[in-house]
Amino acid sequence: MKKHYFDHVATNPLHPDVLDAMMPYLKEEFGNPMSMYEYGIKAKNAIELAREKVAALVNSKPAEIIFTASGAEANNFALRGIALARQNEGKHLLVSRMEHHSVLNSARFLEKSGFTVTYLPVDRNGVVDPDIVKKAITKETTVISVTHASSEVGTIEPIREIAKVAKERNITVHTDAVATTGNIPVDVKELGVDLLSMSAHQFYGPKGASALYVKQGTRIVPLIYGGIQESGRRAGTENVPAIVGMGKAAELASADMEKRIEYLRPLRDRIIDTISGVPNVYLTGHRENRLPAHASFCVEFIEGEAMLLLLAGKGIFAASGSACSSKALKASPVLLSMGISSSLAQGSIVFSLGTGNSPEDADYLLNEFPAVIKRLREISPYAQGWGDREGGGEECTVKE
Amino acid sequence: MKFVENVKPDVTTDIVYMMCPMHLLKLEEQIKELEPGQILEIMTDYDGALEDIPSWCEKTGNEFLGMEDSGDFFKFYIKKRTR
Repeated sequence: MKKHYFDHVATNPLHPDVLDAMMPYLKEEFGNPMSMYEYGIKAKNAIELAREKVAALVNSKPAEIIFTASGAEANNFALRGIALARQNEGKHLLVSRMEHHSVLNSARFLEKSGFTVTYLPVDRNGVVDPDIVKKAITKETTVISVTHASSEVGTIEPIREIAKVAKERNITVHTDAVATTGNIPVDVKELGVDLLSMSAHQFYGPKGASALYVKQGTRIVPLIYGGIQESGRRAGTENVPAIVGMGKAAELASADMEKRIEYLRPLRDRIIDTISGVPNVYLTGHRENRLPAHASFCVEFIEGEAMLLLLAGKGIFAASGSACSSKALKASPVLLSMGISSSLAQGSIVFSLGTGNSPEDADYLLNEFPAVIKRLREISPYAQGWGDREGGGEECTVKE
Repeated sequence: MKFVENVKPDVTTDIVYMMCPMHLLKLEEQIKELEPGQILEIMTDYDGALEDIPSWCEKTGNEFLGMEDSGDFFKFYIKKRTR
């Protein structure tokens, strides 16, 4: 059976040119970048070249890029690192309810450590209102973290406006741009942020290489202590092949971004328009201001997991809820925060496209998915409504 | 330890929260950039710098002017040797 991969927010396949760029560093160029002889120097030079390419992708200086092992690490590093570095000025953070668990759980850790966190509400499209940010700021606020775009509902947040509000009050601004970097234009100067997280495997690079942009002059407490890698801010022997791959992926993304968007957006629009036409299926996230390859829905009366199972049986691979919590069997906090009922949130499904998807893949999906919905509704005990299961809107409620 | 106040540095390097031995690597790197007689200010929160920076100065012939404790971190002042 032909496989149709529609889960690019989970991860992307590796671009063949990226693999080619990585291969020498998986084989003969195995040196440790800290070594002072030929092997080490070659590895070090390869990392610095990758740093230049990643910096170019987000319009920063190379020295402002710190490589990490994952987007989650970059988010942890950003939140904890700034909160701790500025704790003598204040101990209050602002974090949106749209955030990935790596931001939310870092915020929760900080709460347990004596910080106060305000979780910013969002509207029904998942947009954080800069005016609400303004009202939530206190004299103690030192950090604000709002995602650039949610991988769950695709909505792109007004980061520039939020950063402008924050800068008036000398607040450090972090954005989790894992879903956007390499997929839409990301310019740290235009956004006005101090820190920005990104991850290679979201733009056809390898897993195991990510980065945190830290604006020059920003003090940050390290997350990992050890040697002097990454200017003493992130210890540990570098994952040279993956970092080289990230550099190559960044170079390709810089060159091909417009072409990729022009190809993917019409495919996405076709999926959104067709699936939204199925009765009792609702688009989640902003219709216009969303990731160009992202189509997410809530399907009433059935569960996301069941849809995934049946779709997988037809060779279609998608996600339900946030990409990495689909096994958690919880109503998505992101969807709940947008005012979607916990029962409807159970029927969440996300199709995220990539350059490997053909128009024929989309045709196949659009043919099969409505049939899957119909079949599941026929056997669903909730097809006539959710009855008394409705209204349990508490965040992270475990399903009965 | 020699304490100083109101030293006017030519160049300032902020390495607060950067790990050991960044204080020595940055010191070496920055001193190279300076003209003889110019003053470098290094801001660090690393306790080990209290011993390391004066020793480094003695070893390399640069003049250790002194330090200032600003509470959260230290400021070290080094004058580049003239020859």
